[in-house]
Amino acid sequence: MALLQIAEPGLSAAPHQHRLAVGIDLGTTNSLVATVRNGISVVLNDDDGAALLPSVVRYTVDGSVQVGLPAQAAQNADPQNTIVSVKRFMGRGLKDVGDVVDLPYRVVDAPGMLQLRTVAGVKSPVEVSAEILKVLRDRAERSLGGALVGAVITVPAYFDDAQRQATKDAARLAGINVLRLLNEPTAAAIAYGLDNASEGVYAVYDLGGGTFDISILRLSKGVFEVLATNGDSALGGDDFDQRIYCWTLEKSGLSQLSANDTRLLLTHARAAKEQLSEHGQTQLTAVLSGGEVVDVTLTREDFYAMTQNLLARTLQPTRRALRDAKLGVDDVRGVVMVGGSTRMPQVQRAVAEYFKQTPLTNLDPDKVVALGAAIQANVLAGNRSADDWLLLDVIPLSLGIETMGGLVEKIMPRNSTIPSARAQEFTTYKDGQTAMSIHVVQGERELVSDCRSLAKFELRGIPPMVAGSARIRVTFQVDADGLLNVSARETNSGIESAVTVKPAYGLQEDDITRMLQDGNQYARDDMLARALREQQTEARQLLEAVDNALAQDGALLDEPAIRQIRTCMNDLSSIVDGGDHGAIKHSIEALNQATVNFAQKRMDQSVASALKGHKLSELEN
Amino acid sequence: MLPISADFQQDYFSLFGLPLRFQLDRNALEQHYRTLQTQVHPDKFSHLSQSEQRLSMQWATRVNEAYQTLCSPLARGRYLLSLHGVDTQEETNTAMPLDFLMEQMELREVLEAARRNKDMAALDNMEARVKLTVNELQQQLALELDEKQDYATASGLVRKLKFMEKIAEEIGAAFDELDS
Repeated sequence: MALLQIAEPGLSAAPHQHRLAVGIDLGTTNSLVATVRNGISVVLNDDDGAALLPSVVRYTVDGSVQVGLPAQAAQNADPQNTIVSVKRFMGRGLKDVGDVVDLPYRVVDAPGMLQLRTVAGVKSPVEVSAEILKVLRDRAERSLGGALVGAVITVPAYFDDAQRQATKDAARLAGINVLRLLNEPTAAAIAYGLDNASEGVYAVYDLGGGTFDISILRLSKGVFEVLATNGDSALGGDDFDQRIYCWTLEKSGLSQLSANDTRLLLTHARAAKEQLSEHGQTQLTAVLSGGEVVDVTLTREDFYAMTQNLLARTLQPTRRALRDAKLGVDDVRGVVMVGGSTRMPQVQRAVAEYFKQTPLTNLDPDKVVALGAAIQANVLAGNRSADDWLLLDVIPLSLGIETMGGLVEKIMPRNSTIPSARAQEFTTYKDGQTAMSIHVVQGERELVSDCRSLAKFELRGIPPMVAGSARIRVTFQVDADGLLNVSARETNSGIESAVTVKPAYGLQEDDITRMLQDGNQYARDDMLARALREQQTEARQLLEAVDNALAQDGALLDEPAIRQIRTCMNDLSSIVDGGDHGAIKHSIEALNQATVNFAQKRMDQSVASALKGHKLSELEN
Repeated sequence: MLPISADFQQDYFSLFGLPLRFQLDRNALEQHYRTLQTQVHPDKFSHLSQSEQRLSMQWATRVNEAYQTLCSPLARGRYLLSLHGVDTQEETNTAMPLDFLMEQMELREVLEAARRNKDMAALDNMEARVKLTVNELQQQLALELDEKQDYATASGLVRKLKFMEKIAEEIGAAFDELDS
């Protein structure tokens, strides 16, 4: 077991079966899945040998769904039902997506997150993303020959709470157990760092299809510590395509294109962009639906000029991240390039100029995130990794609540290391006030209206008191996925009421069930079988974990306590191979309950041993 | 083997095996922080039982909180005073020495001018100046807390540090503003 490595000599944990876990890079343009095989992280290809799955989903009249290349092939002919770059819509309302008018979709505004009207009905970005994830899950399970224990899904570091929650929901909808949401630049750093056994401060410049992240990390003795992160969750290769598209319209004297023509020209724009990474100039030629011929020559110089300010928009967050990390350009030992868009020569040049060094590109920028995610997934699934390492990540944006006058009181500053908890006290402003409205926001600006609203809830039942004498303690807890939970309680009166909120855009268990039931019979049966398999996997994993724990630390318990745990284990073992998914779930809970005290003792011992380690190291100094 | 009880309530200094002093060995703190997180971080528990996952989350949160507190001189000073039963009264006690308040007003004027004139060099200068003052305050705080045990004077210094931290934050925000 990776954790409590304080076994007595000669009392090592039993070898266990390799658990199937994958890392998934759910990208704006392409998605990938990778796993650790024989200690090496590898990308899993599809049957045709392709690693990249285009993140394109097409809905058809007969209800079937195409994902990847076939969908991409149909995008010019059927643009309204073929969703590309859906990642840009994750956790986003209509007003957040400024350039939506240029996109060939029928967009429906909905509370929290926009939706897309397709021939197969209205689809949320979460459902569209789930289709991509399902294909990757199937690819992995076929390739590895078994059910997955879980997956690490990567997200842009600068994704806010809404976007993270949406990603996690998509994975759940696709029947994937999410081991962790991992920031993309951090994933890349793992792949690079473990490869090169590097030490020092590194910058990860990650320009993908639709998002930009910059992370500053310190690598030291197997610890990856993110010092600061910044970015722009609506800036990427798509914007470079858009620039070429707009330039082409202007150059050809065109305006107001149909959905099909828009998609056609955007596809050509992207091809032209890729051409310019290799050649000095390129020809963009297309015949529109009305017979008009577009035929323009685009040079590298023109392309550089029209995208200059996009590059500037990446350097600004870069400067901020360095400032937040309290470091200068000279402190950075290496710059890692991630994301397909870093193939553009002007991007590499701008980064090299800023950091005064040639950026590292020895790992494929399209694959490095998935490779790193797979390494993390392998560790989280409990497969022993050759070298012990630890990842310490941060939240990208400050979290706060609204106070009088529409101002934001920051409770947790950006770049706080997670998991993290912060509490702050507030009070009432009217005599006899019995309720308080709590509005949770995310962002750096002073005004609530300039920040992103995450959740609103009310704390009721405050005992009537004079204004200013109630003590409302608001606690923010951010977990290791970077997801937030907020609770509030009145502490002064001794009467405590507490409420825990999940942001409103998050899917509830009921929503997931409903979405699954909306699917066809085959999908439903498939889901039930999957649910059973998942329970069985979880049960076996738990049995093995407790068994190992007892072997290692049974001495911490007395006989009756051990007997009680063993009884629960036997109960679970006896039904784990049966078909009753509810009973297995119940027994898992019982065993979890029975081990609470044991877990506490083991944790105490573990912390104490770490402390003992200090004392020794101090003596050595 | 006898279990050694690790008290969840123990103070942050003891948690990292450090003496209860304002002056601290930054290297030792970082090293101990990493050792502890390696033991308690949720990544090490994700394949174990729910109880262990929950405990790990609580511990990792606490270790992060402790580390953040000890890293920041302001938070460390305030925390050390609270351990001695002294409330620094940063919200309520605004009776600052006149010369200090004058300096604060002057700093704010310089900041406003720098923002108005989009003067990065002026911001750089200010940042350096604030850093210098903060360093001086920290040295005084170390003296009052570690040598003289004069907690009333130390409280006043913490309140001054709080002012300086606020202005440092505003300088940071001004940098961001000028950079956009």
